[in-house]
Amino acid sequence: MSSQSAEEHSPYLAHHFHTKDQQDAAIKFGMWLFLVQELLFFGGLFMAYIAMRYLYPDTFHDAYLYLSIPMGATNTVVLLFSSLTMALAVRSAQVNDTTGLVRYTAITIACACIFLVVKYFEYSHKIHVGLLPGDFYFFKELTPVEAVHDAPQLFFSIYFVMTGTHGLHVLIGIGVLLWILIRAKRGDFNSDNYAPVENVGLYWHLVDLIWIFLFPLLYLVK
Amino acid sequence: MSTAAPTQEHAEHGGDTNYLNATKGVMAWLTTVDHKRIGVMYLVAILSFFLIGGLLALAVRTELYTPEGDIFSAGTYNRLFTLHGAVMVFLVLVPAIPASIGNFVMPLQIGAKDVAFPKLNLASYYIYLFGAVFMTYTLVAGGVDTGWTFYTPYSSGHSDGSVISAISGAFILGFSSILTGLNFLVTIHKMRAPGMTWRKMPLFVWAIYATSLIQVLATPVIAITLFLLIIERAVGIGIFDPALGGDPVLFQHFFWFYSHPVVYVMVLPAFGVISETITVHSRKHIFGYMAIAGSSVAIAGIGFLVWGHHLFMSGQSELSGAIFSFITFGVAIPTAIKVCSWIATLWKGSIRYNTTMFYTLGFIWIFVIGGLTGLFLSTLATDVHLHDTYFVVAHFHYVMMGGVLFALICAIHHWWHKITGVMFDEMMGKVTFVVVFIGYNLTFFPQFVAGSQGMPRRYHQYLEEFAIYMQLSTIGSYLFALGLFMMLGYLIRSIVKGQKAPQNPWGGVSLEFETATPPDEHNFHEQPVCRKGPYDFDEIDPSMA
Repeated sequence: MSSQSAEEHSPYLAHHFHTKDQQDAAIKFGMWLFLVQELLFFGGLFMAYIAMRYLYPDTFHDAYLYLSIPMGATNTVVLLFSSLTMALAVRSAQVNDTTGLVRYTAITIACACIFLVVKYFEYSHKIHVGLLPGDFYFFKELTPVEAVHDAPQLFFSIYFVMTGTHGLHVLIGIGVLLWILIRAKRGDFNSDNYAPVENVGLYWHLVDLIWIFLFPLLYLVK
Repeated sequence: MSTAAPTQEHAEHGGDTNYLNATKGVMAWLTTVDHKRIGVMYLVAILSFFLIGGLLALAVRTELYTPEGDIFSAGTYNRLFTLHGAVMVFLVLVPAIPASIGNFVMPLQIGAKDVAFPKLNLASYYIYLFGAVFMTYTLVAGGVDTGWTFYTPYSSGHSDGSVISAISGAFILGFSSILTGLNFLVTIHKMRAPGMTWRKMPLFVWAIYATSLIQVLATPVIAITLFLLIIERAVGIGIFDPALGGDPVLFQHFFWFYSHPVVYVMVLPAFGVISETITVHSRKHIFGYMAIAGSSVAIAGIGFLVWGHHLFMSGQSELSGAIFSFITFGVAIPTAIKVCSWIATLWKGSIRYNTTMFYTLGFIWIFVIGGLTGLFLSTLATDVHLHDTYFVVAHFHYVMMGGVLFALICAIHHWWHKITGVMFDEMMGKVTFVVVFIGYNLTFFPQFVAGSQGMPRRYHQYLEEFAIYMQLSTIGSYLFALGLFMMLGYLIRSIVKGQKAPQNPWGGVSLEFETATPPDEHNFHEQPVCRKGPYDFDEIDPSMA
């Protein structure tokens, strides 16, 4: 039991684990658990959407037209592409290709930044015309009503909270990816030690996946 | 359990070095990644907040001694019971057993050197303290008066209390809970000793496992709920406030979707502790091991499906009410399986009537009352009369306070020698038990009667006819508090001048009893191998004859 000397001498083995395999399996399992709880977090927002849509079907039917489908679609393509480059980055780490790892991580970060820039334009347009949540709403073409019947500001409340929370996760992702980039340039990752890259990859794929649900739900569904 | 012969000979000898004195100084503790030290730090923090929550309770009970609202104004009274609830639920009960006892004992019981992610463990502790800072700020900034349940639209718009700081505190505390649960799940899956199959794990580990499942899955929902509430209060997005087009019952659904499973986060580890103490102190194999293990997971699962029983009076449909009522009856079944199994374990056991066993038996008494009264509440017809009365207050105090607290006391006494290396005074323990048990029941049993006769909850003044019950309850609460202070006294005295503990005073055979007392910093000198079950006692202990 105690004689896997090769793995025990791995410099990346933490003292409380017995083998590198055990450590890698534990880290990956931990990351998946984290993703599951993130899903439940966003799940609450999707439930809020469903509840509001059920209450105000007409409002949702009218209001979504004021979202920019070209911008949303661009962001979708950008994120999907960034998922590809992320996967390639993980692969590069697995085969000891540090140059590839650095390159693909940098491109992923760039895509994430493009996403946020497009979001900036989307949001600033809405702020300009008054398509805002709650008390701040002042867009004239869709009239907000104080009573409980058509309430376009509710749609935009849901829109801003959902895309805003998602955007926050993209921002956090950029931070974590930068950390990976710095460590990759330092030469920390190789075929023996790529678990951190893989786990950040899992997080990034989740962020992408959530957008894949958000985009059709908010922008496309009639 | 171990590869060598009798337990006593192979017992780990740490000499005078153990986890407590391995490294010295405050910084060594504040930067530790040792699960045992982290467990101890959690225990100290949790008991400190328990004191604060308890003092708030005594303030409430003092006001309620007389029917008139003569000590505090209504507004102040609302703040007192809200803070009492928020502190007790979020700062005490949720982490009470898992974060302190679970952290200390679970890795030892599975034969591991530490949890899977020790640094994350320390981070969880600091996140807990950070959340506590927000709650403390709320306390000193004038408090909240919404009830710990933060129902909208009062909490989202009209209340002038420090709602956002309280909710932010709860939000942050939720992350501590999620990360601890995540850590424990990975630890139990990946770091058990060789030979320890799932069916050979101590039942406390099964309990922590089921608890951790709930923590990871349910807590994010309260996180998003509180997040939405903060934004609603700050910006008026209109999701919960009817004046803005929102739905206040939607908040209740969101809130209770977490807050019901969280009571199982509180109580499942308590059940796990009782399974441990009842076997060791009757020196008998547990009756129905798989039934108890399975029932923990069943309670975790079914517990996600019953939240609507908090909404029977909210205007939800009769069909929803009926379904939630039915499933709530269902969740009582695995719990009853546990109680029957524990009692069957006692049957023909060599029962050791010490402080721990007294609290174990006391737990069973209290929890059966608490659980059975839950059935009155989950029955639609009776709930119409009992909703928002003192019956509900008594019910949840019996299960959460009596149940979880008594189990925490059991755990502290059962593993005291492991944690501190000393034995507490048994006679003081038993005398204190009598004071605590009588005080506890005197506090809460009259509340069932008052509630069934219609006394509403959260009122600072009440009708004259309820006075006798409220007075008994208040007297009981002071007696109960006295008992708890007595406990604090003899426990601290044992640390200062208690008798040094033998390596395994109770003769337990699960792995935590194989370590040195107190354990070495790294738990085991060599990897233990699990060869038998956690309750396979060799023979009846002659010293107990």
